[in-house]
Amino acid sequence: MSYWSFLVEYGPRFIDGVWITAQQFVLAALLAIAIALCAGLMRLSENAASRGLAIGYIELFRGTSLLVQLYWIFFVLPLFGITLEKFSAGFLAVGMNLGAYGAELVRGGIQSVPKGQWEAAYALSMSPAKRMIRVILPQALLNMLPPWGNLLIELLKSTALVSLIAVADLMFQAKQINGSTFMSAQAFGTALIIYYILARFIVTPFMRRCELVMARKMGRG
Amino acid sequence: MFDWRWDFAWEILPRLLMATVNTLIAAGAGYAIALVLGLVFALAQRTPYRPVTFVVRESVEFIRSTPLVLQIFFVFFVAPQFGIRLSPWASGMIAIGLHYAAYLSEVYRGGLESVPKGQWEACTALNLTPMQSYFRIIVPQALPPSIPGMGNYLVGIFKDTPMLSVIGVAELMHTANAIGAQSYRFLEPYTMVGVIFLLISLPTAWLIRIFDAWVRNKMGMN
Repeated sequence: MSYWSFLVEYGPRFIDGVWITAQQFVLAALLAIAIALCAGLMRLSENAASRGLAIGYIELFRGTSLLVQLYWIFFVLPLFGITLEKFSAGFLAVGMNLGAYGAELVRGGIQSVPKGQWEAAYALSMSPAKRMIRVILPQALLNMLPPWGNLLIELLKSTALVSLIAVADLMFQAKQINGSTFMSAQAFGTALIIYYILARFIVTPFMRRCELVMARKMGRG
Repeated sequence: MFDWRWDFAWEILPRLLMATVNTLIAAGAGYAIALVLGLVFALAQRTPYRPVTFVVRESVEFIRSTPLVLQIFFVFFVAPQFGIRLSPWASGMIAIGLHYAAYLSEVYRGGLESVPKGQWEACTALNLTPMQSYFRIIVPQALPPSIPGMGNYLVGIFKDTPMLSVIGVAELMHTANAIGAQSYRFLEPYTMVGVIFLLISLPTAWLIRIFDAWVRNKMGMN
């Protein structure tokens, strides 16, 4: 069987897989951003309880493997009465894991904003919320966009793990095709190339674009 | 707690600890491969031969942009098609070593680029050979700024070893799965695996920070 006819026959299944991978990626990314923002801000809060909670969360999720977390959420949580279907368990685990890494980026981004900006906002008697939203966060965002680009690539790669709880993503399809055809090089090779294209020609340019737009909006473009 | 059975936890603890040893061996061997291969990748990107630089650069980019699980499957299933029979351990070590070599090469590259240009010029002025310049002057200065990055990936490789369970390497996750399949109890094995990972990765990260501070102090930095 030539590679071309392999693609013609199994192409649709790869496309199905890409579609699921894309959904997992977007949902996990949104969750990771939300968690990172919350945990990152709580990590910097003056309230010891919320700081402790954020540190606990970050260390717990960064200190163990994503695969362990995924299996725990999928196999153990039902014992506590929380049953998640595999699709939700997949993106929840990935999003919560990468969110912990993202929280550290948020913290670093906020800390990189010069102290004078805080003082100026204080001098203008802005409320703490307004100061954060109007002055600090936009500048922090500009500083942390490049590492977030890397983190989103990590997130895309991490979504491959959801195939291990039988979510029918790209990785899962490659495994299935390998199982039924024994054409391992073609099946896994094609999947590798697709992941590469997604990372290099979709996620990375998108993040570059965000950086440009942000820089222009902040008058630094 | 809910359904937690201490007697069962005690019963499976020895098996999990044995598997922890395997996990540590896998992480250590993978990291050793990655350290050496990463240096090769980093130095190959600095050669004046354009085609070599290009090919290595793109390969590193490719390895970094694709999932490790997929690479593990690729090595394990594709090598036999070319007549190379690899055990799960061997293919796992190759895949994880290559993957982290790509990451470490970026760390090395950052370290090498952080060495001021004047140091190279001084090497030329002192008539040192390229070998001498690298190993006596440049690399010793490039290492300290690389330590945090190298440490991160040491913890990273340790946390990625559970992926080796997919091809049947008998590390922690694989053992926990086996226990779960035999006893239909998942709470204890998976929770204990999580705790073991925490107990190893948190102190390791802490030790790396101390080591980094110690080296910086020794080298008279900050």
